[in-house]
Amino acid sequence: MWIAVITITGIALVAGVGLSFASRRLPANDDDLVSKVNALLPQTQCAQCGYPGCRPYAAAIVHEAVSINLCPPGGEDTVQRLADLLGRDAMPLAEPAQTNMKESVAFIHETLCIGCTRCRDVCPVDAIVGAHQFMHTILAAECTGCELCLAPCPVDCIQMKPAA
Amino acid sequence: MSAPTFDLGTLHGGLRLPILKDESTARVIQHVPVPTQLVLPLAQHAGEPAHPIVGIGERVLKGQLIADADGIISAPVHASSSGKVVAIEQWPVSRRLGENAPCIVIECDGLDQAVYLSEPIVPFEKQSPDTLFQKILYGGIVGLGGAVFPTAHKLMEATTESLEYLILNGVECESYISCDDMLMREHAMAVVVGAQILLHALRLDRCFVAVESDKPEAIHALADALTEVQDGRIAVKQIPTIYPSGAEDQVVQLVTRKEVPTGGLPTDVGCLVQNVGTAAAVYDWICQGEPLISRITTVTGDGVAAPMNVKSRIGTTVADVVNFIGGYTERAKQLIIGGPMTGKSVTTDRVPLVKATNCILVLSETPPLGTENPCIRCGECAQVCPVLLLPQQLYWYACADNEAKLRSYGLTDCIECGCCDLVCPSHIPLTADFRSAKLRMRELEDEQARAERAKQRFESRTVRLEREQLQRAVELMKQKERIKNAGPQAIQEILERSGKPSESDKDE
Repeated sequence: MWIAVITITGIALVAGVGLSFASRRLPANDDDLVSKVNALLPQTQCAQCGYPGCRPYAAAIVHEAVSINLCPPGGEDTVQRLADLLGRDAMPLAEPAQTNMKESVAFIHETLCIGCTRCRDVCPVDAIVGAHQFMHTILAAECTGCELCLAPCPVDCIQMKPAA
Repeated sequence: MSAPTFDLGTLHGGLRLPILKDESTARVIQHVPVPTQLVLPLAQHAGEPAHPIVGIGERVLKGQLIADADGIISAPVHASSSGKVVAIEQWPVSRRLGENAPCIVIECDGLDQAVYLSEPIVPFEKQSPDTLFQKILYGGIVGLGGAVFPTAHKLMEATTESLEYLILNGVECESYISCDDMLMREHAMAVVVGAQILLHALRLDRCFVAVESDKPEAIHALADALTEVQDGRIAVKQIPTIYPSGAEDQVVQLVTRKEVPTGGLPTDVGCLVQNVGTAAAVYDWICQGEPLISRITTVTGDGVAAPMNVKSRIGTTVADVVNFIGGYTERAKQLIIGGPMTGKSVTTDRVPLVKATNCILVLSETPPLGTENPCIRCGECAQVCPVLLLPQQLYWYACADNEAKLRSYGLTDCIECGCCDLVCPSHIPLTADFRSAKLRMRELEDEQARAERAKQRFESRTVRLEREQLQRAVELMKQKERIKNAGPQAIQEILERSGKPSESDKDE
């Protein structure tokens, strides 16, 4: 019986040391983790977290240990899921969401549009079509409601509307 | 008539419901006269609503197209009598979501003047399947069993699969409803010829008409019609009277002993199911030139004076239909459109009768709902579930909003028959919970699909921006290289060409 106990203990010891060494020294598969974190983010690409999009924020969470409560459109649910995934503590949102992005889309008043392309260039999902001196329009199906196009418009012709 | 030799499949669970059909089958089908007003919803079918092609004030004739199919899956709407369009507005309707829907309101002139048929009626045998599909689409014909899926689309989608059987569903398993029974009794020939048209269009040579064993009159009428036409391709199959044997997948299982796979369609096991009413509607349109502008509906329950089956124009309000059969009794309390298990309770009888309305049920009182108690894990629900789900587990996960578990326990396969509700000793409204859980699941799926798209678009934009930046950098480098290699003479040339000699700059 003692032989069995010693053998099993020996195997457990070797495996334990090996695993702890591997988890400390071997590089973690970060890209994989970034993708997982990215999958939990709402993909509005609104940059409210201070990063230029959801994936950059995901990368920052993983590589720079940035706080997980910076995503207002994701809400508390997203914070909770991120906390579960990363083994960190859930915390309240740093800044509560001002608007419900998921349910709104941008709309360009085409009679007012002067065709400056500024909104087109900031759209993170290329949902605005238009050319210089020509009126622009929004592909409502692709719009994430991020509101990034509102500020650059020199004539304030963009408005958020509830999604159909 | 060559009867098939193999026997029936079996159905798990199910319930024997009280039949309660004798009241409405005692009289022959009565025809409701032209009402003063017709209300025709634009969305009487699954898919995109039709778009109106008539204006307010326009005179329309019976059978005239008033709203055309719009979108990939849609069906047109025809005027069911002659008169004047007085409004296109929101009107109370009976459906799962929402109370009102856009409807075309026609004030009838009572002349019932029909539109002149532009094409002569050609025997269906001489028409190609494609012509028939197009015609069926144009006739506004939808599945009259309840799902109201546009028939032409169902047929055309089915032709891409390898089919073996056409099954006509004459199984009305819910209590009270008897409209298909009466249709088969009185218009068996229309059903049979409708089946022949569908067989011809689908290039099939085997058709079963599934009828429950408690409808001997219908079975006799069909047998007589079959003897008359001498068509060996069509056979009648008796199905045990058990709820919900009339659901599409369940009929396939009973008739062919093949189970429709999870998330699949009957076409996956080589079957196409059409309601008998749909077959008759196809006959009316292809052979008689009448689009789907009327249907047989059971008006019954202890809240009406004389329960019966009526043939009424689509768009007739429930109030008009009930008035015609003698009005409500004093005990009438509750109005249900559809059967007692799957129907929808409505609050006003202004709702119109639509293509899907197989039954108008007026009951004296709401069946007493017991107070809801916690689940005691008795397992009764799992015993009656016809699709072999575990409702108690699903209920658990629906309460916890656990999408992954709901999916793995097959919530999407639930046919919402309501058997589990009925047997639950704790009176838990399981079906309602499952319905809302399904809705939530679908919303979540949509959101995930949207997020996925946004992610891809963001990533491809990032790639594009990087590529553009790289290209600009390369371009700049090349330009610098060119200037460096060109030497001072070339620079002088460029300056001269630009019209401003460098010397004049120096002078100033």
